[in-house]
Amino acid sequence: MPGQKFGPAWFPGLIAVGLILCGTLLAARSQKGVLVAFPDWIRSARAVAGVASVIAGLLFYVLVAHWLGFYLTALVIQVMWMRILGASWRLTLPVAVIATVVIHLSFYKLLRIPLPWGIFERFAF
Amino acid sequence: MTYSVLSQALAQVFDPYVLWVIFGSALFGLFVGAVPGLTATMATALLVPVTFFMPPVPAIASIVTATAMAIFAGDIPSCFLRMPGTPASAAYTDEAYAMTKQGQGEMALGAGLVFSVIGGLFGTAVLIVAAPALAEVALKFSSFEYFWLVILGLSSAVFLALGNPLKGVVSLLIGLLVSSVGLDNPAGHPRFTFGNAELAGGLTLIPIMIGMFAVSEILRGVAAIDKPWEMAQAKVGNVFRGMWGLTKKYPLQTLRGSVLGTAIGALPGAGADIAAWMSYAVSKRFSKEPEKFGTGHVEGIIEAGASNNSALAGAWIPALVFGIPGDSITAIVIGVLYIKGLNPGPTIFMNNAVALYAIFIVFIIANLIMIPLGVAAIKSAKQMLRAPRELLLPVILLFCIVGSFAINNSAFGVLLMLAFGIVGYLMEENGFPVAPAILGMVLGAMLEENFISSMIKADGRLMAFFERPIAGSLGVLTLAVISVPLIRAFFRTSMGVPGGGTKQ
Repeated sequence: MPGQKFGPAWFPGLIAVGLILCGTLLAARSQKGVLVAFPDWIRSARAVAGVASVIAGLLFYVLVAHWLGFYLTALVIQVMWMRILGASWRLTLPVAVIATVVIHLSFYKLLRIPLPWGIFERFAF
Repeated sequence: MTYSVLSQALAQVFDPYVLWVIFGSALFGLFVGAVPGLTATMATALLVPVTFFMPPVPAIASIVTATAMAIFAGDIPSCFLRMPGTPASAAYTDEAYAMTKQGQGEMALGAGLVFSVIGGLFGTAVLIVAAPALAEVALKFSSFEYFWLVILGLSSAVFLALGNPLKGVVSLLIGLLVSSVGLDNPAGHPRFTFGNAELAGGLTLIPIMIGMFAVSEILRGVAAIDKPWEMAQAKVGNVFRGMWGLTKKYPLQTLRGSVLGTAIGALPGAGADIAAWMSYAVSKRFSKEPEKFGTGHVEGIIEAGASNNSALAGAWIPALVFGIPGDSITAIVIGVLYIKGLNPGPTIFMNNAVALYAIFIVFIIANLIMIPLGVAAIKSAKQMLRAPRELLLPVILLFCIVGSFAINNSAFGVLLMLAFGIVGYLMEENGFPVAPAILGMVLGAMLEENFISSMIKADGRLMAFFERPIAGSLGVLTLAVISVPLIRAFFRTSMGVPGGGTKQ
């Protein structure tokens, strides 16, 4: 901004200089010869599927919850996560349903958070 | 005057609703603390959306109680699983497990409980005495003093963090960068908004915290889903057996742990986990029988166990008096204080004395009910630790979603939570501490504001930062804190010893 020595660009600029400096130092100091190292769990199919499903499930919620409604979206991702992590159907279904209902009631009714109904708007209570 | 404040505060706390909140949060805290992978900071982040709709006193009471319980309960799985329930117990997990293997699990659990209570009460006493006294001094502070305080806080967060300080600086800078998003800067100019309305208001901290402290832990838990938890057998009868003897045998250790813990807690950025590591090291260093450490010796558990619980209360001192968080938990709490109209700062003792004394009373109650509830938690440890992770993790994740959504009633919060969950996971896996980033996010605006207004007052002269007596001393102290490790690192590298290196 003209006329001001310490305008809005000053602070982010300083951060940028710091990051460049630290990045260079860290790169210069690094001893490993590899660019990317993978953790051990990459060999476990269940762990990889689990991590992927956490990210996918959260993205799914962000994208569709507003029209699919909280109940259905939450149920779908709960069941997906529990099954991938290795729970049996016998446990998955009741736990997913109860968790969804309890969390919905306590946030929607007690705390008055407007959780989305989406296409189920006419069943709203 | 003081008497009426105290009686009003007591009336606020001993209200049935508040007592129920305290009881419920205690159970929640014990469970979260006892299950490895669920931490005290995570408990706080998850409680925030719930406390949104409570009056100030129960809202803060729930956080105080849950975190105190969680830090104690973190000791429980150390004995059974050789896994710390929260990072604050990591320092003596091997020691506690070795005691269980020798059939002394009962004593390890008892010492964890009794000395957690003592440390917690000590920290609370210091908080009650020191915070008002410090506030008297802080009333005279101007933007120069606050600028130095923030810098001091940020640098101690970097240098007290475990591992490579350079990575601590990177973490801090990431936090400051996040804090500079939006319109909320001295010039009121939109920064990093990319024309997006959600970004113009700045990034909301609670979804970020839920991401960094809860989602990243869940990712870690999911990645380790194939590793079974093996329970060691321990017969637990009366956990208080022999405790009086230990109290008489190790009074100095208890006191030293409590004092160091409170001090580390009060230093910005370093919390219960670092306090426990330092106290365990101090205990070993000054012990008469250091060779017994690591083989199942109770001395270090006593000192570090008192230390981590006292750190919890110590962290509230700078948080209440200056609005500078002492640890990650109070970094979240400060946001809650603002929402509840209990703006932190030296004037809190004049404007909100009743609420403040109510918080102090809750601290005392939380540490006292820890005794019976702690025994119950130890007795039911086997059931708690058998909670199936494949069901628990998804349910917590759904809770995270709703909590992040609730802050602004927008799905953008969930996206923010996911992004910072991944960032937090990657940072920790690569040895970048998360605490400096959180501190940077919370203090970024305060740092910039106090710097700019000081510069305007001083007309651009940097020497003005040293001209007021307190500002000058704080400035010199800060420069010393920053330069000592730098000089040491310089000499270490110039003598051919490789400096730094990561912990993983």
